[in-house]
Amino acid sequence: MSPVLKLIAQRISLGILLIFAVSILIFAGTQILPGDVAESILGQSATPENLANLRAELGLNEPALSRYFSWLGGIMVGDLGTALTSGTSISDAIGARLGNTLFLAAVAAMISVPIAILLGLLAVRYKDRWPDKVISATTLASISLPEFFIGYLLILVFGVKLGWFPTVATVFPEMSLGARLNAVMLPALTLTLVVLAHMMRMTRAAILNVMQSAYIETAELKGMTSFKIIWKHALPNAISPVVNVVMLNLAYLIVGVVVVEVIFVYPGMGQYLVDHVAKRDVPVVQACGLVFAAIFIGLNLLADIISILSNPRLRHPK
Amino acid sequence: MSNELIYLSKQVAKQRLDRRSFLGRAGALGFTAATANTFLSSAVMAQGAVKGGTIRVAIEGGSSSDSLDPALVTNSTGTMVNRLWGEPLVELDDEGGLEMRLASEMSATPDAQTWTFVIRDGVTFSNGKSLTADDVLATMERHAGEESKSGALGILSGIKSMRAEGNAFIVELDGPNADLPFLLSDYHLMIQPNGGKDDPSAMIGTGPYVIKSAELGVRFVAEKNPNYWNPDLGHASNIEITVINDDTARVAALQSGQVDMCSRVPPKVASLVGRMSGVEVHSVPSAGHYVFIMHANTAPFDNKDLRLALKYAINREEMVDKILFGNGSQGNDSPINASYPLFSEAEQRSYDPDKAAFHFKASGHDGSILLRTSDNSFPGAPDASQLFQQSAKAAGITLDIKREPSDGYWSEVWNKQPFCTSYWSGRATQDAMYSTAYLSSADWNDTRFFNEQFDQLLFAARAELDTAKRTQMYADMGTMVRDDGGLICPMFNNFIDATSDRVAGWATSKGFGMMNMYAPIRMWATG
Repeated sequence: MSPVLKLIAQRISLGILLIFAVSILIFAGTQILPGDVAESILGQSATPENLANLRAELGLNEPALSRYFSWLGGIMVGDLGTALTSGTSISDAIGARLGNTLFLAAVAAMISVPIAILLGLLAVRYKDRWPDKVISATTLASISLPEFFIGYLLILVFGVKLGWFPTVATVFPEMSLGARLNAVMLPALTLTLVVLAHMMRMTRAAILNVMQSAYIETAELKGMTSFKIIWKHALPNAISPVVNVVMLNLAYLIVGVVVVEVIFVYPGMGQYLVDHVAKRDVPVVQACGLVFAAIFIGLNLLADIISILSNPRLRHPK
Repeated sequence: MSNELIYLSKQVAKQRLDRRSFLGRAGALGFTAATANTFLSSAVMAQGAVKGGTIRVAIEGGSSSDSLDPALVTNSTGTMVNRLWGEPLVELDDEGGLEMRLASEMSATPDAQTWTFVIRDGVTFSNGKSLTADDVLATMERHAGEESKSGALGILSGIKSMRAEGNAFIVELDGPNADLPFLLSDYHLMIQPNGGKDDPSAMIGTGPYVIKSAELGVRFVAEKNPNYWNPDLGHASNIEITVINDDTARVAALQSGQVDMCSRVPPKVASLVGRMSGVEVHSVPSAGHYVFIMHANTAPFDNKDLRLALKYAINREEMVDKILFGNGSQGNDSPINASYPLFSEAEQRSYDPDKAAFHFKASGHDGSILLRTSDNSFPGAPDASQLFQQSAKAAGITLDIKREPSDGYWSEVWNKQPFCTSYWSGRATQDAMYSTAYLSSADWNDTRFFNEQFDQLLFAARAELDTAKRTQMYADMGTMVRDDGGLICPMFNNFIDATSDRVAGWATSKGFGMMNMYAPIRMWATG
């Protein structure tokens, strides 16, 4: 087997192992939470009899280990269980919500990743001159502002004053793609402003690092234009750290956007998770935790694989 | 006012002229936009309800972990949705009395112990089945049953037996209760076919609307029920409810024209919102109140002088100004205000550092007093606690404030710790309010108020059908709570909602905010 394939197989199996480890942590974590699930569901109407009934119904009397394996077995076949509060299937609810979350993340990524990399290249090209400084200052300013503040600013300017985009980004199944894109524009812009600086700074730093190399000097001596040097020689060699930080930000766009969801009334995963944490709906919290962990691990795995593939020493072994 | 303007505004009301052209022509006649708008809204009111159109609502409260079963509704979103598809037997009217809904008549035996409700003729559920007294009986049985998790279980606990006879639903009570019909107007008690025993979450009822799409905690879409019996309710053809829990986003949605009405405007911004063009803010007095509660059986609060000292040490006027921004009224250390049908005024207790110092000295207490508070105990509670701390300091009383986490406040602090901040949303009648929180045996007796004489009066008032005598009884009970109880009630909060000029027909109501959650049903789209 070629070393590349071997490395990739190694990474993937490690990733799967990691997800199992996380599932144990999530399960154990929710077990040691104070208070009994049955008690928190019944609240003030708890009597010893109906507590016992509910515990039996929820299978809380079984040992934790066998509950863990039946939970894991359900997940293997795509059954995440039922929500305690509403009695509905978690898989169905997460299916719709995850779709919404991925849609918003995809729109935000399609706007932010190209802009971030382009700005990074520009900043390197005009290093220490005014375009570099302007780009750094504005992106750093936008990352320094809290998300909700950026969200409110965009609502005020583009929603209320100019009236270009809707301030409420509630999407629903009957919406056309165009209407959906219009609806998510403000949250997507907010997220773009939040993640832009990190990716831009990393691109700039990674490329500047490569710019010290001897082959860049050679290229300069050949008389290539500076932008062409950056694009053809520096960027391909800096791809690995850039991909890493892009993936980290994509993961953030999926798992970390609850504030933006609340402000723009977007029916995504974050709001769903928070609602159920508030009511101690443990199966939903476990399911969301696992989905988020899987996404995070998956994207990092992807970053690793791209780094491996982009490394010529690994692609062409002697 | 110019005849020309009157003519033009009538044309708009009849939908022969659009609003923009009206404002333009009014401007040409020399009127400001504000004058023209006010004039227009009164013309639209006079014209009467317009049928058709869509009303879009932004409301707080909903969550993706809610349930569609009316028995399990706990927040304002669920209450509003219940009112779209369902109906109770009777409902509160705008004066705090009752109007008939699915009951067409009601009567009681003179001892107020047996109640008969005649069920309205010719009403059908949205699934085509016609309404019978058996459906009403089944509904009440489901809510009152032993297995019930209904929010209305407590208020139905005084029922001995229920039965359906022909088109009448008959309730026998354990003891007399002149307020039973008020209890049955509860928002959980929507009459469902066979009581919802087959499918409690089906949202099939007799209400003015039929739910077309329900995404919990996100969005609800409803269409006019073509077979609805009551022509006075349900003017718009479609209603869309969007759950927006973020205050700023909710107000922005109204401002940007994405919704036509929005609930719960924060008091801090109410006056600013009112200045926006085309937006009207409605600040309506309510029975809701923000409180500081002491356990009257726990040291040091078991001392009446100490309780009085703290009651005199709070500046109610300042609280209404700085916490409610004027959107409310002063409390008087009883849970009852003019929102209640049998209210009678008592002398207003006011801030008096001298009296506070006198009673504090008389109590013999030494040292500071610990007050617990949290952000979610009522809006602005930590600020109100600091105001209390300052005003008490002037009387020589030291309050230590402990900020508790919002998460777990209702299970760990409220009704457990001896002195904390809290709120009550009020009830429809004095009996309901006192039975919930001031009766010695009440679960939610959060001031640990144990007064035998008070309890006896409460039961006697339930059996009293003479209004004047009953009013006096409630006045006496109010005095007992005010002078002897553990309740410090500095303020009653208003409900603050806002509507745009795309809808008309707002009326001041009792009960909850948003016209007792009937705003989308009773208002109409002006086009």
